[in-house]
Amino acid sequence: MFRQAKWDEPLIFELSKPGRVGFTLPEPIEDIEVQVPEDLRRKSLELPEVSEPEVVKHYARLSEMNYGVDSGIYPLGSCTMKYNPKINEEFANHPKVAFIHPYQDPRTVQGALQIMWELEQWLKEITGMDRFTLQPAAGANGEFTGVMIIRAYHLDRGEAQRNEIIVPDSAHGTNPASAAMAGFKVIEIPSNEQGMVDLEALENAVSEKTAGIMLTNPNTLGIFEEDILEIAKIVHKAGGLLYYDGANLNGILGKIRPGDMGFDVVHINLHKTFSTPHGGGGPGAGPVGVKKHLMDYLPVPLVEFDGEKYYLNYDLPKSIGKVKEFYGNFAVLVRALTYLKIMGRDGLREVAEIAVLNANYLTQKLKGTRGYELPHKELRKHEVVFSAEPMRKEMGVKALDVAKRLLDFGLHAPTIYFPLIVHEALMIEPTETVSKEELDAYVEALKRISEEAYTNPEIVKSAPHNTAVRRVDDVLAAKKPIITWRMYKELKKKGEVEY
Amino acid sequence: MGKHYIPNSAHKEEMLREIGFKSIEDLFSDVPKGFVKEFNLPEGKSEYEVFLEMNEIVNKNKTVLEMPTFLGAGAYFHYVPAHVKYLIERSEFITSYTPYQAEISQGMLQALFEYQSLIGELVGLEIVNASMYDWGTALGEAARMAARVKKKNKFVVPKHIHPERNMVLKTFVEGADIEIEYVKWNEKGQMDLEELKEKAKNAAGVYVELPNFFGIIEEQIKEIGEIAHENDALFVVGVDPTILGIIEAPGSLGADIVVGEASFLGSALNFGGPRAGIFATKNEKALIRQMPGRIIGMTRDAEGKRAFVMTLQTREQHIRRAKATSNICSNEALVAVAAAIHLASLGPKGLKKLGEIILKNTAYFKKRLSEVAEIPFDAINFKDVPATFEVPYPIIHERLLERGIHGGFYLKPYFPELDESALLAVTETTRREWIDELVKNIREIINEAEL
Repeated sequence: MFRQAKWDEPLIFELSKPGRVGFTLPEPIEDIEVQVPEDLRRKSLELPEVSEPEVVKHYARLSEMNYGVDSGIYPLGSCTMKYNPKINEEFANHPKVAFIHPYQDPRTVQGALQIMWELEQWLKEITGMDRFTLQPAAGANGEFTGVMIIRAYHLDRGEAQRNEIIVPDSAHGTNPASAAMAGFKVIEIPSNEQGMVDLEALENAVSEKTAGIMLTNPNTLGIFEEDILEIAKIVHKAGGLLYYDGANLNGILGKIRPGDMGFDVVHINLHKTFSTPHGGGGPGAGPVGVKKHLMDYLPVPLVEFDGEKYYLNYDLPKSIGKVKEFYGNFAVLVRALTYLKIMGRDGLREVAEIAVLNANYLTQKLKGTRGYELPHKELRKHEVVFSAEPMRKEMGVKALDVAKRLLDFGLHAPTIYFPLIVHEALMIEPTETVSKEELDAYVEALKRISEEAYTNPEIVKSAPHNTAVRRVDDVLAAKKPIITWRMYKELKKKGEVEY
Repeated sequence: MGKHYIPNSAHKEEMLREIGFKSIEDLFSDVPKGFVKEFNLPEGKSEYEVFLEMNEIVNKNKTVLEMPTFLGAGAYFHYVPAHVKYLIERSEFITSYTPYQAEISQGMLQALFEYQSLIGELVGLEIVNASMYDWGTALGEAARMAARVKKKNKFVVPKHIHPERNMVLKTFVEGADIEIEYVKWNEKGQMDLEELKEKAKNAAGVYVELPNFFGIIEEQIKEIGEIAHENDALFVVGVDPTILGIIEAPGSLGADIVVGEASFLGSALNFGGPRAGIFATKNEKALIRQMPGRIIGMTRDAEGKRAFVMTLQTREQHIRRAKATSNICSNEALVAVAAAIHLASLGPKGLKKLGEIILKNTAYFKKRLSEVAEIPFDAINFKDVPATFEVPYPIIHERLLERGIHGGFYLKPYFPELDESALLAVTETTRREWIDELVKNIREIINEAEL
């Protein structure tokens, strides 16, 4: 049985002892007196006073109360939590990468520009696109870039009336949010009973107002949109463009290209498909690729190679501008290129094949277990969505409870309650980097939870039992927000918190 | 290649058989015919071969450790204590994701709560999110938020806003039909208040940077805030957090929203990324409801013990979809944690001292620069110093580079009225010898050019 570390670790502020310091600074070059105007001068600053060993122990202990891909299986659906190769880190932290300034003369950063240029060549071939920007910091930042490009394209053609973006009801929440940020009206269309885009609904949704459609393929159910060519035809015929959300690229990597399916714009997540670590929520990177007809609208600058040297090209008069400072999350790009060089053509194909094998293996092994059902088609790509609806109906045990109980076995939960079209959804994406034994253990745990749900539901409903803390009260967190130390102190003083 | 990352490569047949499939192709039978193709990519390589290849590539870079470099302009060479990198590379932190499952992710949640708390102390505001992508995107979000809160569509910024940030801002507001108005600078290189009074009419927000793009401390920051408030606009302040040990918290100077760059603490230059945007606001419902980004809150667990969890999520894309306050999902959590660890290590005295060192080094640098250039503005500088040269700056840049010194950021392409000016910067890492070398060489270059 799993037991997570349970340190009663205070806040760093509560460790503070006046007089302690955690770092020694150099002295100024000359002790020149500079007078900051009195009313702007800092009056007080309450930061913790702690020494270096205390800082290290504090955060080392906190890390022990955290679970990462290196701790065990982490099958969060649509997040592609694959193993993060350690060689990637060596180069991301290399002094020749860490100590270069973004405004350095291009002649002094040829290595950095080469990394970006080479990465772009890989991504172009993998997706079937003609050009890439590496600037977006994450998937959603990439989506925003992509829809802004779609917007610029239609405006440039004098089609300002194209102000609608279509998204299926199974789409990631970022899709409609990104489209709305770019000023589009979002038209949601239902999925059919097989979990795919309903062609009739799509036909009815397109018009002279259609700017484009945002799709994930394989979709969020892990199902390959078999009618993709028909979808592309309908949207293109109406004058719209196809946007590919690359969150699920792992399911087709090295085998099938979005560009060949008719997509005009693609974003990919280097932190998902290309093995860069997720960092507890970021940094990631969300490069965006486009077909030729959209190249003029890409953010500035692009990286060019003239056969001898690499340089930054800002000369794009129709560019949408910038979506992020400088050139994106460069250290993440370094990791992704390192990974790509190791994997190569053969390795990338193996990634998709084993990712799909693992997901289907888990699907077949779990299928038929009491309390879980498998809506939609059986054949999946990189992920599968089960429903815990029967368990909820029969025993009052919800997907949330199943997720929490999984933690007790030292297994990370799947994504839950998403996609929204599946009730009590358990969205499982094992990735290619887990072993057969880990898959078997995961299925065993889900089966055991099913058994518990029907014999001793309390143990599931009161889970987790073995983690650093017990079930967290998120309702209270929203009702009585405590967001910072200064809010906490205030409430504590008034006697309004006991924790 | 790369099979060493893929354990089940060794068990394909066995696994396929167990689930009743004949071949891998069967698993892709739903893909239309002709879609699956051979990619034109290099074959995989061994880790050692890639190690050599990547080494060769990165070694083509010349770092700021190898040539005295006077670039700032929004990215600064600070020394980050070694233990910061050591701690954020702890695999439980770096290989985790957004803490959706709070109970098993308390470490990251508490670390992010501490980040929010440390930034809250620094900027003097109660509500801080767990990071945006960078300063520029945080500013873009702030402009959008101001427009939603005030239901007006004008956002006022200084003409001397960082050009990079300005470009990001413009892209972010385009879809929201927000108009950006620019206020000129005065003879001290600071926002012109007379023009601001005009332009602030009907504004949703007024923005100022601390220090501003010229490295200058805007001395009338309080007045700018008052003008914003007189016009029922939100006062948005963009900060370099390393100045906040010596400058009053923007929250105490009237700021309603504070944005800024957290990666100036805890991160290396990294060619400009990853970074992390600071986003903070006041503890007011109307503002919190419109906040972008993930927010970590303190609460308790089923046994009454203190615990942390992502909270106030009804603002976010996974719940509100098209009506969300922002589309942000992944943020820059690890960069934020690095900033927190660096800040905690500095403590109040360290941050104050850091600010003082930079202020003194900048003053010294300005004095030395004035031997070979004209300093266009009489003001207090922090890190960046604009300098106007008698000879075209590209010539100086070129000749300096030949001598193994990297000059500053050429201003003319963005601010033609500043003529042959460049922005040169120092920090606590700058050495006296570097400045001596720079000044000596610029003097020689100017003399040569004038011959």
